[in-house]
Amino acid sequence: MPYAIELLSITKRFARTIANDNVTLRVESGSIHALVGENGAGKTTLMETLYGLYQPDSGRIRIQEKNVSIKSPHDSIRLGIGMVHQHFMLVPPLTVLENIVLGSETTRYSLLDLKKTTTEIAELAGRFSLSVPLDEKVENIGVGIQQRVEILKAIYRKADILVLDEPTAVLTPQESIQLFRILSELKEEGKTIVLITHKLNEVMEISDRVSVMRKGKIVGEVETAKTNPQELAQMMVGRPVLLRVEKAEKKAGDPVLTVNDLTYVDRRGISLLKNVSLEVGSGEILGIAGVEGNGQSQLVECIAGLIRPSAGFITLDGIKISGLGPREVFARGLAHVPEDRIKRGLVVEMDVKENLILGLHNQPQFSSRLSMNRKSINDNAKLLITRYDIRPMDPDAHARGLSGGNQQKVIIARELSRNAQVIVASQPTRGVDIGGIEFIHRTLVEARDAGKAVLLVSADLNEILSLSDRIAVMYDGKIVKLFPDSKVEESELGLYMTGSKGNSQEKALGI
Amino acid sequence: MAEKRHWLEHPATQNFLIPIFAVVLSFAVGAIFILIVGQNPFEVYSVLFSQTLGTSYGVGQLLFKTTPLIFAGLSVALCFKAGLFNIGAEGQLQIGAFMTALVGMYTVGVPAFIEIPLLVLAGMVGGGVWGFIPGYLKAKTGAHEVINTIMLNFVAAALVSFFVTNLFNVPATVHTPSIAPTGRIPRFDAVFSGFEGSPVNFSIIIALLAALFVWYYIDRTRYGYELRVVGLNSKAAEYGGISVSKNIILSMTIGGAIAGLVGTNYVMGYKYYFEEGFSTGTGFMGIAVALLGNNNPFGVILAALLFGMLEYGGLVINTMVPKELVSILQAIVIIFVISSNKIFRKILVNFLKKRTLSIND
Repeated sequence: MPYAIELLSITKRFARTIANDNVTLRVESGSIHALVGENGAGKTTLMETLYGLYQPDSGRIRIQEKNVSIKSPHDSIRLGIGMVHQHFMLVPPLTVLENIVLGSETTRYSLLDLKKTTTEIAELAGRFSLSVPLDEKVENIGVGIQQRVEILKAIYRKADILVLDEPTAVLTPQESIQLFRILSELKEEGKTIVLITHKLNEVMEISDRVSVMRKGKIVGEVETAKTNPQELAQMMVGRPVLLRVEKAEKKAGDPVLTVNDLTYVDRRGISLLKNVSLEVGSGEILGIAGVEGNGQSQLVECIAGLIRPSAGFITLDGIKISGLGPREVFARGLAHVPEDRIKRGLVVEMDVKENLILGLHNQPQFSSRLSMNRKSINDNAKLLITRYDIRPMDPDAHARGLSGGNQQKVIIARELSRNAQVIVASQPTRGVDIGGIEFIHRTLVEARDAGKAVLLVSADLNEILSLSDRIAVMYDGKIVKLFPDSKVEESELGLYMTGSKGNSQEKALGI
Repeated sequence: MAEKRHWLEHPATQNFLIPIFAVVLSFAVGAIFILIVGQNPFEVYSVLFSQTLGTSYGVGQLLFKTTPLIFAGLSVALCFKAGLFNIGAEGQLQIGAFMTALVGMYTVGVPAFIEIPLLVLAGMVGGGVWGFIPGYLKAKTGAHEVINTIMLNFVAAALVSFFVTNLFNVPATVHTPSIAPTGRIPRFDAVFSGFEGSPVNFSIIIALLAALFVWYYIDRTRYGYELRVVGLNSKAAEYGGISVSKNIILSMTIGGAIAGLVGTNYVMGYKYYFEEGFSTGTGFMGIAVALLGNNNPFGVILAALLFGMLEYGGLVINTMVPKELVSILQAIVIIFVISSNKIFRKILVNFLKKRTLSIND
């Protein structure tokens, strides 16, 4: 089988790091090739070099068995390469149609010929079962559809090679299944697909071959049928990795955190939380599954004191905490790992040691009325950095320079150092690589085993299923289902998450 | 894979080198302008430096011009750390200096050890109130501080102008009566010979203490920690239980109070009265000073010295080149500081890249 893409001995250096170190990757025409590796392994850089966003310092590129020189995305598009970036490159106020033709408009007498274009695109969309509402504005459609628009855009530009960077990061399980169906169809039509991901079950499900990158190098290439997730994970991380969390069965203690008939109506008058009730007992992890935007964020923010519920109340250890601000809630014994670490959880311009005292900075060991205790702040940082293996091991490093996983470890370290009774963790491993995920999961289970009450909110079903003692599903501001254990099929959870099953309120009570 | 960092990569070194790079570059560009007006840049610059830094009188003049720029620069820098752009230092220092003069003229007979602190405090209260207002409005209504401080500059200018032409003036002048003699801050020439004739006075010590205070407050106290968190990421502040609105009000008030100290130099140390038009845009120069000083209190002192030198230097080279040239030079410095950040870092990155390449090859 001929090769669609040949990247030969590509080396790309940035100021201080080597992103790609003598990388050679060959992708067979008409296949789906997965490129896996931890964050920062150099997958995206390699593909962006192929797409012309970077120039390699050395190495050659061959496309469809011909030597080529790619100076910009302009060249790569001409060569039939399309890329769907992790962050979509769409113009929200324009319609789907306008977005697809943008940059390659068909014109007639120098006017847009939208009529002709519409038929063309509709024909393309039909051929690949990529149904999209052509006249809807992009800002009004969901991310799953936006992604299809990106794919359609690439195909409309006659792409034979399609690169997708972490395409399922933003999708629900159902949307992912649809995406994979589309990708299979594209393959049937003879397109070549490169899939960047770090989710191994996806690799197993859809790809023909897998290349594994670690620290800028290709460390292995295998036929998907001849490997397994365990082996791939080990190649990615460079050591054996525990994919499933090991935890002992444990009986939960008395409820520590209770949420009672909680309702939240936002400024526009939309009810985002509708009479939500739940209990989390000491020594248990209650997982909240759900597609993002179904009230989980508001639930967490109400508990953390960031917003005030419109009705209902929350207690921690029997004391009412709703209506208190974040400072008081922390003082009552809550730890909070916020869903967006860059926007909420960290001050990325500050160094690690300062981030490790955010919200704790008023405690007597860190500051008196007149001055901060710089020594104890530094000691605290050294201790937590060692205990949580935060890299680089430098209290003075800027948080911005840390990888996603290490940034998340900073937050987890800080929140667990509060020694709180209740831990609310929202999307704790989003954008974190496999090694980091393993560590964070183990830490949360350890906290549970130490008798903490853990409320885990995650869009990642694997995470929910492997960590939770009980699982509640949120949909449309309500808890639509409570499973008393974690012995649930992923597909069944998916049905509740999308509202296809169970539309009445349940209470996540009764431990 | 943690490589050892090259010393040029440290942000602290860069923060220090970039303004110097900008200043050198702007002097080079200034030379072109000097050539255009038909003068020899080397001669002009040598006069500029020798007349300001070369004589004790020149140094005195320079320091006198520097003092208010330190106050204004600190005011802007502190607010900037809280994420606020204080365009209102001009109005704050007008009100502050006027309050100093006003309290000073009505408190005759109070001993110096009470009078001096009292007048200093009056200036801080005046400026503080003028900073509090836009801070409060921002915190409670979200009204943008840039607009409100600009508007309050107009109000302040009109207010003091009205007062010194109608209510509190010495007849037929636009200045207030003199403050109590016990409220005067001694001039340098009263202590050191050599500064004779120069109005530089001990208010510069207050300015240096203010810089020390700002550094300590921002860098060493939990209030400063909170202020920085608010300035860098207000959502993280909220999450960490830090009140954003409290810190906005507080920093604008403190910033205003520091700007209000300008009166110590002019009213208490020089003329002993408040005069309309005493500040020729000091508050606005404060923005440039803070920018060049990278919002660091010690950087502010250095930047204020440079701008103080340029301000006085403009007078000494007046016979050779138009005074406007100095204004051009000041403006070029600012433009280069703003734009050189990126240029400089790019040059640096390329330099370091070449270095790593040659090491690896």
